[in-house]
Amino acid sequence: MKRIFSVICLIGLMITGCADSQSRTTGIYMLVDTSGTYALELKKAQSIINYLLGTLQPHDTLAVASIDTGSFSEKDIIAKVTFDQRPSVANNQKRAFQQTIDEFVTNVNSSPYTDISGGILQAIEYLNEVGSGQKYILIFSDLKEELAKGYVRDIPFQLSGFNVVALNVTKLRQDIRDPKKYLGRVDQWRLKVENGNGAWRVINDLERLEYIFKG
Amino acid sequence: MKFTESLLPITSNPFLLILLLLAAMYFARKPFHRAVHAFSLVLNNALRLFAASVRQAEKRLVERNREVLMAEGLENAERLVEREFDRINAAVVRDLKGYPALHRQMAEVATKLEEDHSASVEVPPSLPNWVTIIEAIANIKHTGDSMVSNMLGEIDKNLRAQHQSAIESYRLSSGKRHALLNRMIPLWRKVQKKLDEVGHSVTDLTERAKGIDHYMDEYQEIRAKTDKAARKLSSSSMTQFFISGLVLLIAIGGAIINFNLIALPMSEMVGGGSFIGPYKTSDVAGLVIILIELSMGLFLLESLRITRMFPVIGAMDDKMRMRMIWITLTLLTVLAGVESALAFMRDRIAADMEALRQTLAGVEQTLRATSKIPTIGQMIMGFILPFALAFVAIPLESFISSARTVLGVLAAGLLNTVAFLLRLAGNIIYYTGKFITSVYDLIIFPPLWLEGVITERPFKIREALDKVSKSRQQKKADRVTRQYEDQTQILESRK
Repeated sequence: MKRIFSVICLIGLMITGCADSQSRTTGIYMLVDTSGTYALELKKAQSIINYLLGTLQPHDTLAVASIDTGSFSEKDIIAKVTFDQRPSVANNQKRAFQQTIDEFVTNVNSSPYTDISGGILQAIEYLNEVGSGQKYILIFSDLKEELAKGYVRDIPFQLSGFNVVALNVTKLRQDIRDPKKYLGRVDQWRLKVENGNGAWRVINDLERLEYIFKG
Repeated sequence: MKFTESLLPITSNPFLLILLLLAAMYFARKPFHRAVHAFSLVLNNALRLFAASVRQAEKRLVERNREVLMAEGLENAERLVEREFDRINAAVVRDLKGYPALHRQMAEVATKLEEDHSASVEVPPSLPNWVTIIEAIANIKHTGDSMVSNMLGEIDKNLRAQHQSAIESYRLSSGKRHALLNRMIPLWRKVQKKLDEVGHSVTDLTERAKGIDHYMDEYQEIRAKTDKAARKLSSSSMTQFFISGLVLLIAIGGAIINFNLIALPMSEMVGGGSFIGPYKTSDVAGLVIILIELSMGLFLLESLRITRMFPVIGAMDDKMRMRMIWITLTLLTVLAGVESALAFMRDRIAADMEALRQTLAGVEQTLRATSKIPTIGQMIMGFILPFALAFVAIPLESFISSARTVLGVLAAGLLNTVAFLLRLAGNIIYYTGKFITSVYDLIIFPPLWLEGVITERPFKIREALDKVSKSRQQKKADRVTRQYEDQTQILESRK
């Protein structure tokens, strides 16, 4: 009897020891640029969010935040959710999330400055807190950072274990005249991310969003 | 650094260098030959020994395979004989159980037949005693007396009436006898039927006895461990292996479909975000349910004594076995019900997901098909598949038992090949050693040639001297002979 009990305990321990719900979850923090003319691109951001909602599984986390003058703030988070374990509940959460984003896109106000670094810092903090296994920061922006006076963002990022994906990096008017500016801007962000031990990717073709999750 | 370069400090002249090398190789020739020979011989012997031991192992494996095959064959033959005996026993018990009733019926029918037979015996109707007297009187010739004539007329009338009455009585009794005989026909048929039944049972028993004789012959052959029996069993094992493997593959296909039917709804029950190792908990749970169903099916068939993988279950007393049959059948039915419910849930979740996908894609939601046939179909499949999977136990048992033989044969073949390759490698190494020594000799052929020349010259001179001395001696002998002949001729001429 004792032997049977010990075997059952061992199997129980093995099962509970093997069950790891955290390490296999995906956490996505999407930064949406709302500055200047880029605010017009928000429809594309909406379709990306819809794609993410369709792809993410129960227990995954999704947060969408806007990039404005001071993005290092919880107030900039438009919607955040960690999906329930049950698929039916998760589906309802996804519907609610989509509705929130729709409302945001309809009522968005363009911001004068673009604090991308602050947004990334906020994303790092949030995803570390959630403890997802795979962490993604999606930057939906032209990557042109414009800080308001008095904002300090010369902090190195701690991006170990993070995948930073720049989406829809549009070419500005001066980029068309001088492509070096565009390439230099993208390269500057790549260096910043890679110096923080993060993985950097750029996806401009929104028809190939599956590459977000392909390292 | 090359070997020739290492010799450069000795001399820079390449010709001299080659000469030195050749000289060194010439002097090292015998030790080199010995070393190469010893090395190749050692490897050859080692490989041959290894091959011999592998062959020994193969022999043992073949013997073991034969033993296993024979043991399995014996078991199967015993099983078949036992089954036939069981059937005979059942038939005998069934027939003998009915025998007293049959005997009674036969006795009753026989009695009835006897009674009817006795009753139907034809007895000619007897005429009254005075008829003969009257007949005699009636035959008296009358002389024309009217009184006599009247009397005789009356007698004749009476006689006719009596005759009519006798015929009527005869007809009546004949009719009764015919009725009795008619009544006997179904009784005879009944007797015939019963006798046919008995005959059929006896024939059946005879056929079964022949079957047992056949199985017993096979059993004897297996016990005698004849080659014929071994060949037959081996071929039977191979066939069993492939057929049961095919059926198992089909069953695996069924299990995969079953798994897909319940994996999604299981995530609703155990959560879709947790993992056990690299696998989703819901997937593992679905798999566990299917495996439990398989186990239940296994125990059910084991309790029914269709399969014999667990001797403990087979050895249980009948009461316990019946309990086990009911328990496993109940559990299987409950699990089938659960699966059916999960299949229903799956349909709902899939529809919900599809609706969400359409919403996210910005597509206007299409109206859901109102037909319930797919849902009902899935539910029926969910209910039936567990029972269908329960029968996997039968091919599984065949597969396991035949796999022992087939794997044994394959292992023996593998060992045989290994032994052959080892022997081949040993021979290749041995002859490679010889080849290397020959190539070595080829490289140092100049000093070897010189050695030959030097060692062969004195021998040739000696040979030439011998030849010269021999010819001189011959000449001398010829001269002496000639002188002798001359002197003889002179003497003869003087005579």
